[in-house]
Amino acid sequence: MDYPSRERKTLDQVVVRLAGDSGDGMQKAGEQFTLTTALAGNDLATFPDFPAEIRAPAGTTFGVSGFQIHFADHDVLTPGDRPDVLVAMNPAALKVNLGDLEPGALVIVNTGAFTKANLRKAGYEANPLEDGSLDPFRVLEIDISKQTLAAVEPFELGSRDALRCKNFWALGLLYWMFDRDLAPTLAWLDEKFAKRPVIRDANKAALKAGHAYGETVELPSGIEPYRVPRAKLPPGEYRNITGNEATAWGLVAAARLSGLEMVLGSYPITPASNVLHYLAKLRHFGVTTFQTEDEIAAVCAAIGASFAGKLGVTTTSGPGVALKTEAIGLAIAVELPLVIVDIQRAGPSTGMPTKTEQSDLLQAMYGRNGDAPVAVVAAATPGDCFHMAIEAARLALRAMTPVFLLTDGYIANGAAPWKIPDIAEIPPIEVKFHQAPEGFHPFLRDPKTLARVWPIPGTPGLAHRIGGLEKDYDSGNISYDPANHHRMTKVRAEKIARLADVIPEQDVATGEDHGKLAVVGWGGTFGAIDAAVRSCRARGAAVSHIHLRYLNPFPKNLGALLSRFDRILVPELNNGQLVKILRSEFLVPARGLDKIAGQPFKVSELEDAILQHLEQDA
Amino acid sequence: MAPDTPTALTRKSFMSDQEVRWCPGCGDYAILAALQRTLPKLGVRPENTVFVSGIGCSSRFPYYMNTYGFHTIHGRAPAVATGVKLANPDLDVWVITGDGDGLSIGGNHLLHALRRNVDLQILLFNNRVYGLTKGQYSPTSLLGQHGPSTPLGSVDYPVHPLPFALGAGARFVARAIDTVQKPLMEIYERAYRNKGASLVEILQNCPVFNDGAFTDVAAKDVASDRQLWAVHGQPLVFGKNRDKGLRMRRDGCGIEVVTIGEGGVSMDEVLVHDETNLGLASLLAHLGPPDAPMVFGVLYCNPAPTYEHQALAQNELARQRYGEADLDALLRSGHTWTVSGNEDG
Repeated sequence: MDYPSRERKTLDQVVVRLAGDSGDGMQKAGEQFTLTTALAGNDLATFPDFPAEIRAPAGTTFGVSGFQIHFADHDVLTPGDRPDVLVAMNPAALKVNLGDLEPGALVIVNTGAFTKANLRKAGYEANPLEDGSLDPFRVLEIDISKQTLAAVEPFELGSRDALRCKNFWALGLLYWMFDRDLAPTLAWLDEKFAKRPVIRDANKAALKAGHAYGETVELPSGIEPYRVPRAKLPPGEYRNITGNEATAWGLVAAARLSGLEMVLGSYPITPASNVLHYLAKLRHFGVTTFQTEDEIAAVCAAIGASFAGKLGVTTTSGPGVALKTEAIGLAIAVELPLVIVDIQRAGPSTGMPTKTEQSDLLQAMYGRNGDAPVAVVAAATPGDCFHMAIEAARLALRAMTPVFLLTDGYIANGAAPWKIPDIAEIPPIEVKFHQAPEGFHPFLRDPKTLARVWPIPGTPGLAHRIGGLEKDYDSGNISYDPANHHRMTKVRAEKIARLADVIPEQDVATGEDHGKLAVVGWGGTFGAIDAAVRSCRARGAAVSHIHLRYLNPFPKNLGALLSRFDRILVPELNNGQLVKILRSEFLVPARGLDKIAGQPFKVSELEDAILQHLEQDA
Repeated sequence: MAPDTPTALTRKSFMSDQEVRWCPGCGDYAILAALQRTLPKLGVRPENTVFVSGIGCSSRFPYYMNTYGFHTIHGRAPAVATGVKLANPDLDVWVITGDGDGLSIGGNHLLHALRRNVDLQILLFNNRVYGLTKGQYSPTSLLGQHGPSTPLGSVDYPVHPLPFALGAGARFVARAIDTVQKPLMEIYERAYRNKGASLVEILQNCPVFNDGAFTDVAAKDVASDRQLWAVHGQPLVFGKNRDKGLRMRRDGCGIEVVTIGEGGVSMDEVLVHDETNLGLASLLAHLGPPDAPMVFGVLYCNPAPTYEHQALAQNELARQRYGEADLDALLRSGHTWTVSGNEDG
């Protein structure tokens, strides 16, 4: 007998979703799968989707943690709409995720967790493995719990610890199925559990056992191993990166490029905390990280540091921005550079902390008392967070102003291969501390940029006072003069507007620079929108994708560019925020497409909307 | 603006060109004058000195000092000042706050600046009222304070600044009063010399909204009986004839007032001030009329390493441990792979 199932079938792309209890280690398994997939040369995008509870009650649907990865032999823009492969570690994971599968998808089920108690906790009245509800799918039933216990038996772990290895057993099976090298994960286990050799060896044994299971067990027909050829990426050195890592490193790069040390004030908040964690490991880069007593202290410490001549940065999410609002107004009034990173999550109020949204745009733009303009930029992909963090700092230092960098939970936690930039090729950021006492006052301005001077404490002859009270344009002293306030308000606005002189012109991501329909997005929806536009164009639709990374000021040519399209569709993960600004700014008939589900756009949702728009036109 | 030249400095060197705009008779004038007189004696440079304030009458203070100054937002001065100190620990940073600014809206930041022991001189002007917003009761107002928001009298109990500071873990706690210049200047100097967070409560009269708030300790006819100026190593005595003292109660935990020579009380029984003793400082911080004198001077001084010193030492430690910062190496840390130009997909 030959083994036809052992021949690998070639696929151009696959979407795999791992799902289990939040304590089942799905995120760890997902991260390892991501790493080995990247090393295998596929392009990829990931979507970790986990509950806010650290350990929700085991077996419940609200405790299900998922990790989705989309990998391909071509460029991957999103983590994929629907999984081709679902690994369900318990009934709740099956129940939560089954609805996302197309008929024919492969479902790998850990039958060992399909106990009466677990079925009940998941809300199943009948066992879905027996009642025919999985008939539309290809199902691979394995008692992963039992297989894992057998694999790790020699290590004499308690059954609880032994069962915790089952994520690596499942990972091993997937490694076999997709022709992955075990070595990077074995090396990772060596490092991770260096001080706990028994746990290390048990996990290694589980990983190898899962792999061996695939190699040796006769699988049901229709289930076979696959091969996804390497993607053709532009040449260069690559790594995987998440948005939050890229943000942290971009900030460090910005400090380096400006020759400034950085002071980060931050208060723990989901999904921003790990930017603080990453930066806390980089103290040798001249980064002082300060975990403050609250969000307000975090921004205030950054402002104090900026007053004293450092790059002041604060990282947070929407509720934190709300608390920092008054202090951001202070930084606007005293005209100090400040970078505020808002990693957006679903709101209002506490909202859904682990779920993504783009609903802080209006807060960033307008959420302050008084006329208080700031610059706003947004990152489009995980890797883009690196570049936009540098941009945020560059604009802040150029105009002596707070700048918002908006990212979101989706790109913050999602990983993608990233072509490592050559730092030497990034232009330095010019910073000048004022020195000359002659004719000095603290609100002397550069006639070109309108930025005020930056005189830092410790400089002889430049002692001065600044504050939130209105200042006289000509002396910097407190002023209640009516005409002066009018003038200062205009200057603060003009200063931000002039940043348009140094931001790139708006390009078109995909398609022509004119036509029937422009799909205009911003921030982390780049991948989904671009994939949808490409797919519609492949079907002959006249549609272009314009993606904004500079939201205030807008690129100078944006108005003219938009006017060359008959229709403008603005998909956003909010109730219509950018669309309001575009309509008011450019008087264009832009229409919104909103999704406010705490989840990223599916490509298919956008395709449908685009085609529908074009049909209306016809 | 006159350049600060490194010549001998005088009170004038620290006076800005801005007209002082507190109400006539405000205690803030005396507090400002005492500091402008003290700084030249300390040998500090105006360009190396930063005053950070919040919001309120007292927080106008930085505008009147010819130093670097930052008039921030309500309650947040300790947080801004901490950022200044982390950015440049060589600066002398003073925080100017009031009872509303520091203990109501900014209570949290004050607590944390104190417990972290950031090297700041924090001057808390306590007039037990909101002045700038016209007379509402403050968190240090006594029970029953009448004002526009409490026409029937306030019903919430006051917070006491010094016990609060000690509870927060402050390592330097002192009390002064606007009417007595020389000790105020001495306390400024002590606060300046202490490396760490120094909290100085300054009782300050608001002649417009809370006139006479401290007459029970400040009035000339009662001052000697109601003010006890604590000096490290000296017996805790007071009174016109310095014949009254504090001793530990015999019938429980606490301090009682005794008259030396009366009822067989001898000087030996009177407590000797030990400013490094937290328990004693806590007892002294709570004392006040009518049963006891209010204690002034340095109640507690027990230095410890500062926050910024330790935080910045960690930056140095990281340099030693991880070596020279290399951004290119950082971006390539962990797993990387190379895609070459002519690779067959």
